[in-house]
Amino acid sequence: MHTPTQFSITGPARPQAGRVWILGGVIVALIVAAPLLAITWIALFPSENIWPHLASTILPRHSWNTILLMIGNGIGVFLIGTTTAWLVATGEFPGRRIFEWALLLPLAVPAYIVAFVYTDIFEFAGPVQGLLRDIFGWQTKRDYWFPEIRSMGGAIFVMSFVLYPYVYLLARAAFLEQSVSVLEVSRTLGRGPWKTFVSVALPLARPAIVVGIALALMETLADFGTVDYFAVNTLTVSIFDVWFGMGNAGGAAQIALVMLAFVVVLISLERIGRRGRRYHNTSTRHTAQSRYRLGVARGWLATVICTLPILIGFLIPAGVLTRHAIVFFDQSWNAAFFGFARNSLMLATIAAFAAVAIAIFLAYGRRMSGRAFGVLSRISLLGYAVPGAVLAVGVLIPFARLDNAIDSLARDWFGVSTGLLLSGTIFALVFAYVVRFLAVAFGAVEASLGKIQPNMDMAARSLGAGPGRTLWRIHLPMIRGSLIAAGTIVFVDSMKELPATLILRPFNFDTLATHVYQFASDELLEQSALSALTIVLAGIIPVILLSRALTDAQRKRRKIGFFEAVPTLSPALPTKSAGD
Amino acid sequence: MRFRTSLLAAAGLTAALASSPVLAAEQAAINNGEVNVYSYRQPFLIQPMFDAFTRDTGVKVNVVFAPKGLVERLEQEGRNSPADLIFTVDIGRLSDAYDSGVTQAVQSAELSGAIPEAFRQDNGHWYGLTQRARILYVSKDRVPVNEAPKSYEELADPKWKGRICTRSGSHVYQVALTSAMIAHHGLEKAEDWLRGLKANLARKPQGNDRAQVKAIKEGECDVSIGNNYYYGQMLQNEEQFAWAQSVYPVFPTIANTGTHVNISGVALTKSAPNKQNAVKLMEFLAGDLAQQMYAEQNFEYPIVAGVPQGGLIRSMGELKPDTLNLDEVAANRGTALKLINEVGYND
Repeated sequence: MHTPTQFSITGPARPQAGRVWILGGVIVALIVAAPLLAITWIALFPSENIWPHLASTILPRHSWNTILLMIGNGIGVFLIGTTTAWLVATGEFPGRRIFEWALLLPLAVPAYIVAFVYTDIFEFAGPVQGLLRDIFGWQTKRDYWFPEIRSMGGAIFVMSFVLYPYVYLLARAAFLEQSVSVLEVSRTLGRGPWKTFVSVALPLARPAIVVGIALALMETLADFGTVDYFAVNTLTVSIFDVWFGMGNAGGAAQIALVMLAFVVVLISLERIGRRGRRYHNTSTRHTAQSRYRLGVARGWLATVICTLPILIGFLIPAGVLTRHAIVFFDQSWNAAFFGFARNSLMLATIAAFAAVAIAIFLAYGRRMSGRAFGVLSRISLLGYAVPGAVLAVGVLIPFARLDNAIDSLARDWFGVSTGLLLSGTIFALVFAYVVRFLAVAFGAVEASLGKIQPNMDMAARSLGAGPGRTLWRIHLPMIRGSLIAAGTIVFVDSMKELPATLILRPFNFDTLATHVYQFASDELLEQSALSALTIVLAGIIPVILLSRALTDAQRKRRKIGFFEAVPTLSPALPTKSAGD
Repeated sequence: MRFRTSLLAAAGLTAALASSPVLAAEQAAINNGEVNVYSYRQPFLIQPMFDAFTRDTGVKVNVVFAPKGLVERLEQEGRNSPADLIFTVDIGRLSDAYDSGVTQAVQSAELSGAIPEAFRQDNGHWYGLTQRARILYVSKDRVPVNEAPKSYEELADPKWKGRICTRSGSHVYQVALTSAMIAHHGLEKAEDWLRGLKANLARKPQGNDRAQVKAIKEGECDVSIGNNYYYGQMLQNEEQFAWAQSVYPVFPTIANTGTHVNISGVALTKSAPNKQNAVKLMEFLAGDLAQQMYAEQNFEYPIVAGVPQGGLIRSMGELKPDTLNLDEVAANRGTALKLINEVGYND
């Protein structure tokens, strides 16, 4: 491991080209940051100073609940995510190949749907308590104690089991990428698998694991549906009380900003903790690791450990939905359903491509420029921690201002009204998804770009390729696995997105998620179970593809060590760049 | 190479999808006389009335439904907003819309003739369409009829300790009730009442009005507060039928006057591009047919005098509404919400 200094590639050969990329990156970052800037703007004009009242009433408890939920979820996703990732990445046990992709499945299930399902199962009228009553002859709730699912514990349970795939995904990739020699050294020095995991693999994978936990925690902060359903009063609930109850948008925006500050502090703490240490593999010798062969008992234990999260986070919820969907199939399987499905797929697909494209742009701009741009690109990622409804209002403001400004100009100059061009269209929706989920895409792209050694860029540039060509011909093919991963997660997250979709959508426009919400909010989830199930199914396919792509990319990357790459590239570059 | 080619192909496909009829269809909806609605009410509650209107007049109605944020959307969209009407429940939300300046006055003899003065804004900035009573659901098994609480005030009596369920105190329906309490009794007494009620709760406030009735069925509590129409809606639902069967409705009084009521209503937006048809829809909804549909399908109380209540509503008992002016309920809302926070009602 070595610690490279910050590098910058604005090579002397073609400085302008580099600057164009940086400038473009800055502009894109500003556009993406616009909704957050709009929320900051609102925060400057509260209709009343809300803090004295809040501080003396609900704020301490809501803050405490938020912290508790984050700690609980943080521990939950860390334990589930890293344990399963380590087992799958380094062990050999029954079903390992299936677990590789199946552990990602809970990603496809919206947290609020899982919350509904487990409430149905664990509440008084549900099968679990019903069975207990039958066995012990209890009658009412007063006869016995049973843990309340609608509680902090319930929320942590549900959210940990749907959010852990973020950690699993990144941790597994990190474990697989760890140079085999490092782990072998550990082995030859007499460390067993457990000690190797704790003292070598885990610290090496720390940056990836932290990113995964950060994503899960940002999603936790932004969540409203689950905490609302479970009556866990977090800061998100305060925001909506102040905004829509007291009509104080400014005060609500201030709380939202405090939450963002929270995230920033968390992330910086981790960075300080790392003190600029970076972990590069010094060797590119990535021959397949020899896996730990687990004995029969341990092997099956591993199988059980990996089955549990899939069972809880995916199989049970999907099973319940399937049952409802079959009962209500005739009512649900109609033209309207196909409309919802089409809208969801369309929006999610566009959002996935847009988010990945922007993520590449930002990550590449950052690669070439260094620190100052880094701050800006980080700001544009904070949308992930903002509750969807707040973000939606943040999106409304710049769009409506722009539309109305264009309209005013058109009226003044040509006497025609252009109306609203972007507000209330699917464009605004896609934009909202991109702002909301860019953090996920950017994280993946930046991480894998970072693994490509700078001397690759230099080699390409010295052979005459501009930054654009270098990106297109060298970087993109090398990081394709990560691009697919990033696009998939944005796709799945967009399929699930609800609050911003509700507020920003066009007339008569329903997605699967909004359709489900309409019924679920009245405790009638069964009637829209087919739509809910479709969200899940539509998520599964890309998730499986994702996993295969990752395994695939893993194999390929082993071939593109630095020395192998240069000869294959050099004949192509000079000739083609002639007309550049 | 194949990867990048497929990347390009997929991007092209995406662009093609994006430019598909969806975008064009939206823009067309604005200036062709169709009525555009921003609704805080779930579409399945109002769609039947819209369909009847379309059958009647040939005018199409387009809807965006969201539980929050639509007034904000309207504010931002400004004079170019495509929306003609805002549909919402709760007097508070109606006055919010009025206060944010996104509505305009409607003068219509038909509307002011049909809708009592108490249920419309003085200048016609909003009109109530239905009335709903906030009633009590009482356990059939555990509370004999003669022992059931007769007023909201009684709910604070220690004899109900651990026996009452409500939804979140910050929900608009609970805020309106608290607000009415403040208007009738003053802040101090209202605070005592709310603390007493909080002390009697069987569990932390959670779920919606139906979930409280379910909790009674399950033996968790004996009395819950909820809107009257859920009774009818639960009776119509296979699974929830049993919940409704476990309770009987009681119409409590507030300050010895009558039962606390709230309204659902409609407002014309300031920028309404299709004003004429929008007003036509408002008048249609205040007409006998739509009022009857509200009563029979949604189990709400018609706001227009003389329109018969649905059979099921009548069977629940007679509604004698609180005489308090709704404006006062709206005016005390901010104070009520703060009070709810101060007593820590939701904790």
